[in-house]
Amino acid sequence: MPPPSAAARHARFRDEVGAVDQVGIEERVAKYTTRSIKKASKVWGLKLAVGMTDLTTLEGKDTPGKVDSLCRKALSPHGAPDLPPVAAVCVYPAMVRRAKQRVGGTPVKVASVATAFPSGQTHLRTRLAEVRGAVADGADEIDMVINRGAFLAGEFSRVQDEIAAVVEACGPAALKVILEVSDLETYDSIRAASFLAMEVLRPGDFIKTSTGKTALNATLGNNQVMLEAIRDFYLDTGVAIGMKPAGGIKTAKQALHFLVAVKETLGDAWLTNKRYRFGASSLLNDLLRQLEKERTGAYQAPYAFSDAAESY
Amino acid sequence: MAPTRRGPAPRLIFGDLWPFDPAPETADPKLADRYQLFIGGRYVRPRSGQYFDSINPATERRLASIPRAGAADVNAAYAAATAAFRRWSVLPGRERGKYLFRIARLLQDRAREFAVAETLDGGKPIKESRDFDVPMAAAHFFYHAGWADKLEYAAPGRTLRPLGVVGQVIPWNFPLLMLAWKLAPALALGNCVVLKPAETTSITALKFAGILEDAGLPPGVVNLVTGAGETGAWVMGHPAAAKVAFTGSTEVGKAIMRQLAGTDRRMTMELGGKAANIVFDDAPLDQAVEGIVNGIFFNQGHVCCAGSRLLVQEGVAARVIAKLKNRMRMLRVGDPLDKNTDLGAINSAAQLATIRRLVAAGEREGAELWQPEGRLPAQGYFFPPTLLTGVTQSHRVAREEIFGPVLSVLTFRTVDEAIEKANNTAYGLSAGVWTDKGSRILRLSTELKAGVVWANTFNRFDPSSPFGGYKESGFGREGGRQGLLDYAARA
Amino acid sequence: MPRLPITKTPKVYVGGAFIRSESARTFPVRDAAGHFHSNIPQCSRKDLRNAVEAAAKAGPGWARRTPYNRAQILYRLAEMIEARRTELGDALVTFGARAADAAEGLGVAIDRLIHYAGWADKYEQLLGSVNPVASPHFNFTVTEPMGVVGVIAPDSPPVLGLLSMIAPVIASGNTVVALASETMPYPAILLGEMLAVSDLPGGVVNLLTGFRRELVPTFATHAHLRAIYAAANPEERRVLRTGAAAGVKRVHFVDGGRGAWLEDSAQGLEPIRDFVELKTTWHPIGS
Repeated sequence: MPPPSAAARHARFRDEVGAVDQVGIEERVAKYTTRSIKKASKVWGLKLAVGMTDLTTLEGKDTPGKVDSLCRKALSPHGAPDLPPVAAVCVYPAMVRRAKQRVGGTPVKVASVATAFPSGQTHLRTRLAEVRGAVADGADEIDMVINRGAFLAGEFSRVQDEIAAVVEACGPAALKVILEVSDLETYDSIRAASFLAMEVLRPGDFIKTSTGKTALNATLGNNQVMLEAIRDFYLDTGVAIGMKPAGGIKTAKQALHFLVAVKETLGDAWLTNKRYRFGASSLLNDLLRQLEKERTGAYQAPYAFSDAAESY
Repeated sequence: MAPTRRGPAPRLIFGDLWPFDPAPETADPKLADRYQLFIGGRYVRPRSGQYFDSINPATERRLASIPRAGAADVNAAYAAATAAFRRWSVLPGRERGKYLFRIARLLQDRAREFAVAETLDGGKPIKESRDFDVPMAAAHFFYHAGWADKLEYAAPGRTLRPLGVVGQVIPWNFPLLMLAWKLAPALALGNCVVLKPAETTSITALKFAGILEDAGLPPGVVNLVTGAGETGAWVMGHPAAAKVAFTGSTEVGKAIMRQLAGTDRRMTMELGGKAANIVFDDAPLDQAVEGIVNGIFFNQGHVCCAGSRLLVQEGVAARVIAKLKNRMRMLRVGDPLDKNTDLGAINSAAQLATIRRLVAAGEREGAELWQPEGRLPAQGYFFPPTLLTGVTQSHRVAREEIFGPVLSVLTFRTVDEAIEKANNTAYGLSAGVWTDKGSRILRLSTELKAGVVWANTFNRFDPSSPFGGYKESGFGREGGRQGLLDYAARA
Repeated sequence: MPRLPITKTPKVYVGGAFIRSESARTFPVRDAAGHFHSNIPQCSRKDLRNAVEAAAKAGPGWARRTPYNRAQILYRLAEMIEARRTELGDALVTFGARAADAAEGLGVAIDRLIHYAGWADKYEQLLGSVNPVASPHFNFTVTEPMGVVGVIAPDSPPVLGLLSMIAPVIASGNTVVALASETMPYPAILLGEMLAVSDLPGGVVNLLTGFRRELVPTFATHAHLRAIYAAANPEERRVLRTGAAAGVKRVHFVDGGRGAWLEDSAQGLEPIRDFVELKTTWHPIGS
């Protein structure tokens, strides 16, 4: 019997993975926003979120100086002894060495974007070379982008093979696979892409929502799709993959909703920065601001926290 | 491809790593210690001078005293309604509508106060009374307000005229919402009303009298008489009623129909159900599970249209049940006033006893019972979310309405079999269909004998969407253009 | 010495903001006694163009709102106007209306807004349908708003006419660019303020003041206006119909003198139906 055609395999894959009802899943996640997290449970959640932050700077105008202050903030977000450092700093490949100088040897990891972030539109060999280079410079984690063009053209095997090649190029570094939800558009596609990635990932790797460079980033809806995919994959294979929503999470309140989603979908084993991260920059200060409010009882001004953008 | 699994089966841990602190709602429900009847626009003591206590089912403690209306009080209510009808029925529709708009807005103003009162009196979680019951009640008044001046459009070739005075008896599961479902269309059409709330949940109705006053509703247009079954029988049987509307159990509905058999009284009945929630193997499974959970655990299962029978296609049964159990582990049972509570108290000791009795019967007949781990509060009437698997159509728990958070799970192989099993009941109020295939949804919708079919969703309501049942689930519709006709005189 | 009052600078309500004409032109209006009252923006074709942009931008969001939500916003608009009824009535009298006529007209106008608020979540059941086709298909017809609608209000009655025409058009999810009365434009300035506090999203209703001879031709030919609803004289009708032909605009006119606006026949389902599209969908019924 001839092997099934690419089209047939494509259809079978989509069938196996299953569909997602958009209205239904959005109703489900709306319930997370009605959870009322107060007092000790709020402080616990906020501290967990601080420790889960991948503090990020990914701008054309990044300089060593900028990376220095990012790393300083990452190690000591507010100078308080009972606050954890963040999980990682996330920078462009050109800044990996500088970041490693600042946080090497501490619990804060260096994550580097690679694979022609954010578009991914270069030859595979260029993308892999970039990965190897960042790892050689000291990156502990790599955030890659999948080939959306290939995905939307139905070339699922190619998408998966490329991810597998990046896994290999990472060596000891952990890999986070950015699906870029705004390009995939539908929840069905996000679910399918999640499985495509997880099938070639190792325990300790992550799937990630977005580059943060488009208008649509992490939402409770796409977070939920990916959490459910992770759960189904785990229950089927025993392999635990992590999750990272990135972009669009600016307030502590939102971060707590995302954590409720983790708690109610994946349970206690995923409430750790080994399996869940927030890709964010301004979120950190809002977490700190809310923690300070809980500690003192008074609402805080934003400018009292280092590296805050607001001066008014 | 996917790595093959070695070792013990993976399990998710839904434990106490991140417990939620109590998050009580603190808004003041502004309860009175003792309520009075509302007749002819005034608060009046019951002729008998008798009151009974309304208790909080979560704490078993007294909330307030409720007047017990006797035959004389019911007579007075009908007399007041009849007197008010003369003017109310000839008020231009535009003006009648404005009263209903005012009522809607005033209820929205005091939404939180009413939500807390509803939760205290009935046991449902504050999240539900706040996010569903009260806003939906306001929406019903707002929607029907707009029909009052458009009645010539509602039925081509007819001018809809009011019936007169209507008697209405409502249940305890959605006290304020059921009041809105009954009053809004009746008033929009120009009728006057005598309404009896349920015995265990009279508080929000009696508070509602204050809204009617603030809206300036002419005295006697709406009259509220509280009491038990006896009072209800007088309201249903009163000779001055041009029509009666009843929402409650099928058993009592049949009794009322017998009671009125010798009269020409018009009636509508919204009775019980044993809805099938049908999940096909191509359904988006996580959303289907959410729909199953909504279908049976919303309002502790005290819902006439609850999806109390899960019909799941055999090929996905094990997966669906596994997902369902994980989802049920996340349901928080407890203090209804806590904003994080998902399942509140069972409405009364009597209802709790009924649920226990039927579940025990189910186990005796061979169904397998599963409940998530967790402690129930020491005080109050509580029952955990419950799964009964291995159920067939011959089991009592597949045929009798439990009216509690208990899901009976049956399987099927083909579309035809699903339809047969779903229709194999004396009830016919609602049904759910979960599948990715559009044509199948439309076929099921065509062939299911149910007044409401929810496809890839469940427990969705809207004032514009007609609601009501087939067979022993009742007759007549509430909501939408179709629902208006039940409050209008023929020809 | 009596205190000198602050006079208001009339600005038009476009895109949710209050603006002068981009041409910076104004024309003076005098009260019934002949005294100078204020300078009204003399809106230009470019203002009309900008207003259409604003209306188009607001369109998708407005159309996606639930009918219940649109109903509540229309109701709130009525609440806002009711609260400032005296002020509006005084403005009408200032410019020559009889007090009794002004009061009656405003009462009808506010009630008419309520009337259309009540239609927003009902017309679908009367204009749409499930159709009994002779094949195993589910066939249903639904309505859809047309898009940006140009409204040309009558010179008189200035408030009742304008509101009677705007309300049915926006109830179904269309957005509006309206030209207010030329002879009595000041009440439209006040109406803009009431629209702004009614929860209506900016851009859903845009009110222009100015001269019909300047603006009607542009209403006629602007291709992004999908429909025109006008109180117009025969010459204006000809211009509008000719312009509509170029882009196949739907055109509807209102007739009638002042008395007609007060009647119940001036409201109802027809004005809503005139500004919705009908879409019919087929889907097989089967396993």
